[in-house]
Amino acid sequence: MTPPAPRAAIPGLVPAYEDYAHCTHCGLCLNHCPTYRLWKLEADSPRGRIRQMILVEQGELAAGPIFVQHMDQCLDCRACETACPAGVEYGKLIEYARARIARDYPRPLFSRLARDFVYRRLLPFPRRIAAAARLTRFYQRSGLQWLARRSGALRLLGLAERERLLPRMDDDPFFFERLGQIFPAQGTRRARVAFFAGCVAQVGFARLNEATIRVLTANGCEVVVPDGQLCCGALAAHAGVRDAARDLARRNLAVFQKDSFDAIITNAAGCGSTLKEYAQLFSTEEPEHAQALAFQARMRDVTEFLATLGLSAPLKSLPLRVTYQDSCHLLHGQKVKDAPRQLLRAIPGVEFVELPYTEICCGSAGVYNVTQTEASLELLAEKMRHAAKTRAQAIVTANPGCLLQLRAGVEMHKTGQEVLHVVELLDRALR
Amino acid sequence: MLARLTRELEALLGPGAVLARAEDLILYEYDGSVEKARPDVVVFPRSTEEVSRIVRLANRYNAPIVGRGAGTGLSGGALARSGGVMLVFARMDRILEVDYENLRAVVQPGVVNFDLTRAVEHAGLYYAPDPSSQKACTIGGNVSENAGGPHTLAYGVTTNHVTGLEVVLTDGEIVRVGGKSGDALGYDLTGLLVGSEGTLALVTEITVRLSRKPEAVKTLLAVFESVDDATETVVEITARAITPAACEMMDGWTLAAIEEYVHAGFPRDSGAVLLIEVEGIVEAVAAQAEAVTEVCRQHQAREVRVARDARESELLWKGRKNAFGAMGRLAPSNYVLDGVIPRSRLPQTLRHITALGRENGFRIGNIFHAGDGNLHPIILYDPRDAAEFERAVRTANEILRYCVELGGALTGEHGVGMEKNELMPLLFSEADLELMRRVRDAFNPAGRLNPGKVFPTGKGCGEVRMKAQAEGAPPL
Ligand SMILES: Cc1cc2nc3c(=O)[nH]c(=O)nc-3n(C[C@H](O)[C@H](O)[C@H](O)COP(=O)(O)OP(=O)(O)OC[C@H]3O[C@@H](n4cnc5c(N)ncnc54)[C@H](O)[C@@H]3O)c2cc1C
Ligand code: SF4
Ligand code: SF4
Repeated sequence: MTPPAPRAAIPGLVPAYEDYAHCTHCGLCLNHCPTYRLWKLEADSPRGRIRQMILVEQGELAAGPIFVQHMDQCLDCRACETACPAGVEYGKLIEYARARIARDYPRPLFSRLARDFVYRRLLPFPRRIAAAARLTRFYQRSGLQWLARRSGALRLLGLAERERLLPRMDDDPFFFERLGQIFPAQGTRRARVAFFAGCVAQVGFARLNEATIRVLTANGCEVVVPDGQLCCGALAAHAGVRDAARDLARRNLAVFQKDSFDAIITNAAGCGSTLKEYAQLFSTEEPEHAQALAFQARMRDVTEFLATLGLSAPLKSLPLRVTYQDSCHLLHGQKVKDAPRQLLRAIPGVEFVELPYTEICCGSAGVYNVTQTEASLELLAEKMRHAAKTRAQAIVTANPGCLLQLRAGVEMHKTGQEVLHVVELLDRALR
Repeated sequence: MLARLTRELEALLGPGAVLARAEDLILYEYDGSVEKARPDVVVFPRSTEEVSRIVRLANRYNAPIVGRGAGTGLSGGALARSGGVMLVFARMDRILEVDYENLRAVVQPGVVNFDLTRAVEHAGLYYAPDPSSQKACTIGGNVSENAGGPHTLAYGVTTNHVTGLEVVLTDGEIVRVGGKSGDALGYDLTGLLVGSEGTLALVTEITVRLSRKPEAVKTLLAVFESVDDATETVVEITARAITPAACEMMDGWTLAAIEEYVHAGFPRDSGAVLLIEVEGIVEAVAAQAEAVTEVCRQHQAREVRVARDARESELLWKGRKNAFGAMGRLAPSNYVLDGVIPRSRLPQTLRHITALGRENGFRIGNIFHAGDGNLHPIILYDPRDAAEFERAVRTANEILRYCVELGGALTGEHGVGMEKNELMPLLFSEADLELMRRVRDAFNPAGRLNPGKVFPTGKGCGEVRMKAQAEGAPPL
């Protein structure tokens, strides 16, 4: 397969013929795909998307607006990978398709500027993230939010739904201040780990990060939060902005290489999934490729790590009926299914109930809820319907993005349920 | 013409329910099979009335009509061989009624097989026909293909679980046949329509039987050093009149790929395995499991493992049900065949298939419903090599011919479609085929409903198929 025009090569992993050809168009993935379930269109199914990619690679289909639309509408949730018996690595294929789109397809001016701003000028810079967060905090606290919601201005701008998805900026100091600190293990040290703190999470989920450190130290881990670490680059990689993702990866590889750890831990499934695949951002000839392989071998989701290590901290009883929404990038991206369930069951008093269709995305999917708001909200509504039926008091999940989405869902659908990260519940059981 | 038809369809159904751009149509030229053909327009009806109106409209334009469920079919049944209007039933996906007392459910054709089980399992019920594609395929597609599955051995195929249908005839008329208790009087039209491969009528509603989960289930995995030992075990189990609920065979060398997907503990170094399930009341299950184990041991099984719990059994079945797909790991493409032979001929047939493969330069896997002699040889090939594909088709035909020679059949469950229609004369006399044609003509006189399927078109089959692959379908 030769690309139609000789343009600058796309850096990093380029799928081979076999990567596409393993798809035997059997269709077994269709009913697992959230967008196929919504619209029942082949073009928005994994099988159809793969076929479109093949046709584009072969020059039989233009990488024009129709192709771009269907690739944009993919949640990159990777449920199709779990479903696919042929082992098609869909994640690789879609990220490459998006990188090709980013290179070849002229998006409308506003969208181009917005993408450039977010992926190249905002996320790589902690200070700018902090500034944006202060603005948001001001908006939320000053009464401006109240005014905007009440006045109908948001509705007028078509932003009413999206605005609800803004993270509630924590009142605590931003987590940035923790960078460079070391938190000693309580009791005998069982492991020494590095904590990957995330970017937006440092302003929107400072409390979650603090809770994660408390749970880790309480279970005998010394936690180092290396200074100089940056955004993982997941959002940029998913959007096809590979140069930005590669720059971030290089920086992080350098930072985490300086010291040796038993594991590098994240509490964000979305970040973890990309961090575990850093090598894909580099071709095998580049020196970073080998570094990335060493790095990703130590990368662990916090639930995965704790479940393997085994909980040693004493837990008090939390009488609570709890259900678990699988974070796509933990279940489908990292194939971690049992660990979070194991941890929840380990908390005395917790009554665990499975959520029907938990393996289907809640619609959060990185920035999907902002870029494809309508589809995202439809998926969320369906999710809330199933969640309500479980009669669980708390919906637990494993990724900040999912937390935001589910919290918005609980508010919109008035289910009165609490939405928590697995470690937040563990943290609560500590004291 | 086509543009006008499209506009009228859009007026009828609204814009979101009609696809006519080349970029979209190209995604409806395939299904789960190796065939290809492109429709001229694709529509997504939401109700029986819409289906009826679409049919009447298509009639005014003399356009061919073809139904489609999830497009997992393996004989090209859901492809628009002569172009025309394709009706995708996926959006007619509501479970209309569950009658717990009488163990019936009424569903729209687009309901996914396993979603029905998911909806009723809280009451200890399930929908018995379990094709390996059950998490994706639709009940409408199952009805049209009369789908079977591993548990067909004990519970029968789709037709044994369908008691009534609502269909739209080729003139647009809406008709109901059967009901919750089946066709009590008159012709068994439900039985006739099930398995008619979408050539007699479009199915818009289905009344199915629900089954109660058995009291006890045991899943056994028997591991053999050679294929012969495994097939002879099956012959002997049948001879002793032991009736397991399922009895599946998988070639040893295919298991590595399957194991990579499921991690169920399948051996990577065996000759073949049998996956056997026994069900019923607790005492009977224990006795049957014992009897099966004994037969396996007599035929040199190196290990007979009983799944300890539901989870382990589920994993084993997951391996079996995803086996065809897992073959995608071994070669860029594969061609799944479907033939039936008398069970007593299993050992010799498998030997013959291996030999045929060797002669033609193919590795042929065998993953199939051994208990009822329903073979699924899988030919691994590279689609980039046209000559190789042609050779694969020829090998496939030889295998099927051999099945028929032994007194078997051309298809056990995947249907004839546009894959095996040219081979029908191997099994049926001209008089047989003529009778079937007269039945078709009674329902589908103009031949515009799913044309080019089931009946031979008179051209050599390999040749027709190669052309379909190369050119796609002719325009409307
Ligand atoms: C991996 C794999 C494993 C499989 N395993 C099995 C198995 O174990 N047993 C088995 O029997 N099959 C099996 N199949 C084949 C296939 O899944 C079945 O034939 C299934 O019944 C097709 O359902 P579908 O919804 O995909 O139908 P489609 O492929 O979309 O259509 C099949 C036929 O039904 C017709 N049709 C569909 N809906 C309607 C309707 N509402 N009214 C009229 N006609 C209609 C179409 O025109 C076509 O002729 C397997 C397929 C795959 C890919
Ligand atoms: S992606 Fe996998 S499951 Fe989906 S059609 Fe292709 S081979 Fe089948
Ligand atoms: S990643 Fe998710 S949305 Fe995208 S094709 Fe796969 S299942 Fe569908």
